[in-house]
This record gives sequence, structure tokens and C-alpha cells, in this order.
Amino acid sequence: MKRFAWTILLALLAAPAYAQISYERILQAENEPESWLTYNGGYMSQRYSRLTQIDQDNVGDLELRWLLQNQVFGAWQSSPIVADGVMYLTERPNSIMAVDPVTGRVFWKYVHTPADNALVCCGANNRGVAVLGDRVFMGTLDARLVAVDRINGELLWDAEVGDVNLAYSITMAPLAVKDKIIVGVGGGEFGIRGYVAAYYAETGELAWKTYTIPAPGEPGHETWEGDDWQYGGAPVWITGSFDPEENLTYWGVGNPGPDWNAAQRPGDNLYSDSVIALDADTGELRWYFQFTPNDGYDYDAVQVPVLADIEWQGEQRKLMFWANRNGYFYVLDRTDGEYLLGSPFVRVNWSSGLDENGRPIPTPQPEGMPTWPGNQGGTNWYPPSWSPRTELFYFSAWEDYATIYEPEESEYVPGRAFLGGGFDVLTPAPGAPGVGIGRTNPINNWTDEVGHASLKALDPRTGEEVWEFEQFDVSDSGMLTTATDLLFTGGREGYIHALDATSGDLLWKKNLGGQIVMAPITYMVDGIQYLSFISGHVLASFALPED
Amino acid sequence: MNRAKFGASVMLLAMLALPPLARPQAVGDHQYTSEAIELGSRIYTSQCALCHGPQGALVDGIDLRLGIFRGVASDEDLRRVIAEGSGEGQMPATALGENEMEGIIAYIRAGFDPEGVAVRIGDAARGEELFYGRGGCADCHRVNGEGPRTAPDLSDIGAIRTPAVLQLNLLDPAAALMPINRAVRLVTFDEEVVSGRRLNEDTHTVQVLDSAERLRSFAKAELGSFEISREPSKPPIDMNEEEVADLVAFLLTLRGAL
Repeated sequence: MKRFAWTILLALLAAPAYAQISYERILQAENEPESWLTYNGGYMSQRYSRLTQIDQDNVGDLELRWLLQNQVFGAWQSSPIVADGVMYLTERPNSIMAVDPVTGRVFWKYVHTPADNALVCCGANNRGVAVLGDRVFMGTLDARLVAVDRINGELLWDAEVGDVNLAYSITMAPLAVKDKIIVGVGGGEFGIRGYVAAYYAETGELAWKTYTIPAPGEPGHETWEGDDWQYGGAPVWITGSFDPEENLTYWGVGNPGPDWNAAQRPGDNLYSDSVIALDADTGELRWYFQFTPNDGYDYDAVQVPVLADIEWQGEQRKLMFWANRNGYFYVLDRTDGEYLLGSPFVRVNWSSGLDENGRPIPTPQPEGMPTWPGNQGGTNWYPPSWSPRTELFYFSAWEDYATIYEPEESEYVPGRAFLGGGFDVLTPAPGAPGVGIGRTNPINNWTDEVGHASLKALDPRTGEEVWEFEQFDVSDSGMLTTATDLLFTGGREGYIHALDATSGDLLWKKNLGGQIVMAPITYMVDGIQYLSFISGHVLASFALPED
Repeated sequence: MNRAKFGASVMLLAMLALPPLARPQAVGDHQYTSEAIELGSRIYTSQCALCHGPQGALVDGIDLRLGIFRGVASDEDLRRVIAEGSGEGQMPATALGENEMEGIIAYIRAGFDPEGVAVRIGDAARGEELFYGRGGCADCHRVNGEGPRTAPDLSDIGAIRTPAVLQLNLLDPAAALMPINRAVRLVTFDEEVVSGRRLNEDTHTVQVLDSAERLRSFAKAELGSFEISREPSKPPIDMNEEEVADLVAFLLTLRGAL
């Protein structure tokens, strides 16, 4: 038996053959549909793919190619990134895996163990990574940002973004812009003071940090009284978007704290429940738009800012579409934050409408009476999609879902829950099961009378619903559209659905058996287009049959 | 016989053809015997463990098992600190007989392993020179984001390996190489020859970091041949005892990005 010589040519070691995932490539992500380069598929956050192999005629033939089983229990909200034929994916609480996107086999796994005292309101969630150069970046439950070598999974730096002892955390996928990695912090239920911070990808050094609550002397501080601003919440826990021409990054800001007792913190409480536009290089606030002033309903504006350039009333404009947790859909001019349109997409009774500047007219409900939409909102963080072909905006809404709020005075104690009371979900009869924050059981123990999913296709020019696709249970699933006018999504029931994006007709479904609480992605390797969903504890990838 | 099966049998035979695994010869300082290490273990438990801890890491900045000290390098230094005390009275002087002193040093140098091999820890600066110079280590290994990834990244090797294992790695690499890191060479049906380091493997596929630093996955059924070796792709150079000790000292300084 002949043995081969174990000589690796040193010449090959000089320069990696891997193309770098440069900022320029991410800028052009739409031209590289075989990859999926950011959490939302590109800086415009449209979750729209130009891939066309899977179309309306053959979508029914999709077959399972591989599964990857999570080893950790709990909602798996991660949305993968695919670059140069490698998938990068997070697993609870804070692991990164490099996965072969053709077989689902794992190349390497990096494990960050969060500090024991890391505190999050709603589960040890992580929603994914950012990639830039030869690195992968992840925020952690103990509010750190880590940089890991994309090829061998080794830790390169580990920066403290927030103080874990004060219940700062990171659950969102970071955003890579130019030479920086930008993240926001969670902790809106624990009296943090939120911010967005940018770190140099190379060194992990802080480049800028912009608080979402202005300090004394800064504009907007007058919307707070006393010391409320110091523990007023306003977290940022969903990945933002970026407009390179404006050099602006856009971030949705979460609820003020304490959550449910608005009377305890008089004022508009800027910039809670707002979108903020920050200069990508300096973090300087350029403009803001507040959706829900002095919010007492936990209406975080942590939705993905979806950017699109369309003709608006006869003029080509740079717009931002926003279906908000407060039940209204908004269109803004993303160059200056000008309010262009707002209309409710579900039943709303906390406000009787929006004035000409988009400010809600408050109609607080009497004590013990239900407020629509309920605490989890008309929609929430689930990533929407915009198809430039259909010119429709798609997102998961919760219909018929209301909450009875029970505000009370809360004292701020550092690192402890700061909620301002509690709430009950409206049910058909007192004490009957309502809609919980997550699903933990295969048995659906409530009726659609207390909330159900409605996938909505809106025409942003009118705010009108063009079609909807309803599910019995509610849905926390994001959206994906393709250039073949397919729309892929899921829900808590465990089905993945393929719909005709123009009509909403159901073209294909598959029961994967576990809740889908992420947004599906698509990519192409060796000429084969894949679709990846996470359902329960399984990542499943589908493709058309090979002949 | 189809080609896939041929590939698998090539792998098996390649492994059988290797010489049987041999324990390394006694290495490093030869003056320590297993009896001395055993004696040292008893002395450590009774006289040192109260402050230094059972794993030798309770005092700030010191990890006796991993060979991390504040100001001590040579055996002679250790002898002096034990005999005279240190830290302005924080560590008391300990009167030990010659055999006992020999034993406690042997136990520390053996990484607290009664079965272990005593390790000499030399000069880290000289070890670093060797690592990046004549030793050629940095030709394949990456440290703190610098260097190729073809061999395992050593950025935190000093935190995850004992001195005894590091020394073994240098003297008998085949014995200490983690099986998953074994070098592979495969030929695809397109006659592409791929050399690299194994990252993961199952019945039907293998995942490799190839010599051009690409993460690649192969279906075994689509390979003309697939071979795997116990030997590292590039063995360490011949080193004398002093150089091994220096290199171990340098590797122990590699404690990761934190």
C-alpha cells in the first residue's frame, strides 16, 4: 500500500483563496442572490431574492435536502447568513456554527457561555450573526460583542457592550457597515438606558455610541421628568437598515420603562417607540419619528426598517415602510423622516387615529377594559418583506388580540424587572386560556377568538390590504419573497407555506411540526437553489429534486 | 467494487500501515522519577493546597498546574521561593528535605499528574523566537489572528493544555494530535487533489479545511480516494531539550483573546 507524502505546499499558505466578504459586496448583496449576506438579506432589508429556480410551477415539487438538529431547547429565532458556500448560524444561547449549506454538516462551532447573571425578559434568544471580511460577529446575552474567525471559528476579540449586572443584553444580529459592526442593547423590562453602539471590526474598539434617551441638555430630554430618563428603557433589539447615499443607519427603538405605567413617566419619552436615523460614521442623530409617545402598552418599535425607492404621488422617493406593533402601518421619507401615510392594519382602540404629522390621538381605555392590539402588538419583530415586483409589503399581523392593562407604580432597582404593573389577555370567558408569549406545546389550547395570524399584503401607496392569508394560531414568522413572485413564511403551528405573492393563493405547504419564529432565507450552491426554515429545534433546507 | 468502497478501504489500510502507537520516551528533565512526583503530590496536598488550591490556581496570577508563575521560571527559582517564602510574607517559607523539595518541584512540573511526565519550562522569549523563526511553527499555525489556518489555531493553547501535553505534542506529535485534526488527502472524480485538515466526518461526508483555507464538504461516494493520516502534515523540527522547554514556555503564554 502506497502512502502519500504529507506535504502541504507552503506557497498555498501565503494568501487565502477565500474572497473576503467586503463592505462593497454587502452593498451589492442583491446582485449576489446565491448568498444571503445580512440578517435581512441586504441593507434595504427587503428580504427579497432574485433567485428564480424555484417558481410557481415547480414549488410543489420541493423536497427536503437536509436537517440540522439544535441541541438546545427554546425558541430558535436565528436567521442564517450564507456567504461563499458556508452558512453561519447561531444557536441558543450564544453559539455560532459554520455549516455546509449543501449537507447540513457542521464545519466548526464556537461557544460563548454568557455570564450566570445575564437577564432577558423573554428567553435566551439570539437572532443571528453579521459577517464582514474574514470574520463573523455575534452579540451575546451578557451584552458582549464577539468577533470570530470565519474560517476556523476562533475568537478574535470580545468587547463589553453593556453592563450585564444592570441587565443589558444583546439578542439581535449585528449590522456590518463599512469598517464597523453596529449593535443595540436589550433590557427594556429592566430599566436600562438604551443605545446603539458601533465597534471597529478590526479591533473591537468602540467607534461611537448613541443613547436612545437624550441626556440633560440634549434635544428631547425635555420629554422626560426628573430621573426617569436614567432608567427609561428604549432598547434596540432588532437589526437596523442602512442607506449608503444618505449614510444613515435606521433603528427601531423599543418601549419606555416601566412598560405599563405611562403615568409614572410623564412626557413623550423620546426616543422610545421611535425610528432613529443615525449617521453611519459618527452615530449622530439626524432625524427621528416617534410612533407611540408616552406608551403604556409595550408597543416597541423594534420592527425592521424596510427601505424602498418607488414612485410616490408622481415623484420618485426614498421611502421607509413600517408596520408597527401599535397597529398602524406607516410610510416615511427616509431622507428626513417626513410622515407620508399612516393607517391601522388591525383593530386599534388605544388611539382614534393619527393627526397630519402622524402623531396618534390617544384614547386610553377605562380600567378593566380591553385595549387593541394587545401587549404583543399588531405585529412585532418578525421581519417583513417588500417585493419590488409586486410592490406589496408583507408581514405577520395578529388579529383579534387584546390586552387588559393593570398599571401600578414600580420602583427602579438596578438589574431588576421594572414593569409598572401587569396585564391580562382578553379571553372569551374570564380565566379561559389566552395567547401566550410563545408556544411550548403541540396542543393548541386557545381559540382563534383571542388572536390569530393574518399575513397581510399591503399596498404602501394606500395603506390598504390587497390580500391576507389567515392562520388559526398566531404567527411570529418573518417573510421571504422571490423574483418568481413566491412568498415563503411559517407560523406557530409548524407549517411552512409558499404563497403566490400577487394573490395570496397557497401553492405549497409542509408540516415541520415545530413553531417557526424566524424568517426563511434562500441561497444557491452549485446551481441549486435552497430554502431554509427553522421549525422547533430543526433547521430544514429544501430544494427541487435532482433529475 | 465501486469507487466509494475503494476510497474507504484505502483510508483503512493507510491507517493500519502506520507504526503502532508508542508512548514517548522519558523526556525533559530526567532527574524526576514517578516516585518523586508521587511524593510531591502528598506534600502538595498537606502543605500547599490550602492556599494554592487543589488545582493550583487559587492565588491570583498563578496557576501551578499550567506552569504560570509571577516571577519564577527555573527549577532553581521554585526551590528558592519554596524555601524562603515570597510576597512579603504572604507565602511563608517552607522547610523541606532535599527529596521532598525534589518531589514538590517534580509534581508541579508534571502538571499535578502523578502519572505524568515532568516538564521543564524554559524561556518564553526564546520560545517565541523559535516559534516564529527556525521552528517554522508559524508556517502552519495561527496565533491571535496572524498566520495560516491550515493547522489548529494556537491562540489559547496555553489555557487549554497542560505543560505535559504541550511537551508531548512537540516530542511525539502523532500521539498528541487530536484525531479530528488529522490531515486528509482526497481526490475527487474531477481529479482535483485536496489536502487539508479534517474538521468533521460522518459515514457519508467529510468536512475539510483545505490547504487554501477554504471550508469544504465532500460526499465520500463522490471521491476517487480518501486518505487520512495520524501524522501531522508537517512534523516539528528536531529540537534539543532546552528548545523544547523554551517553546513550552512560549505556548503557555498563549491564553486567548481575553
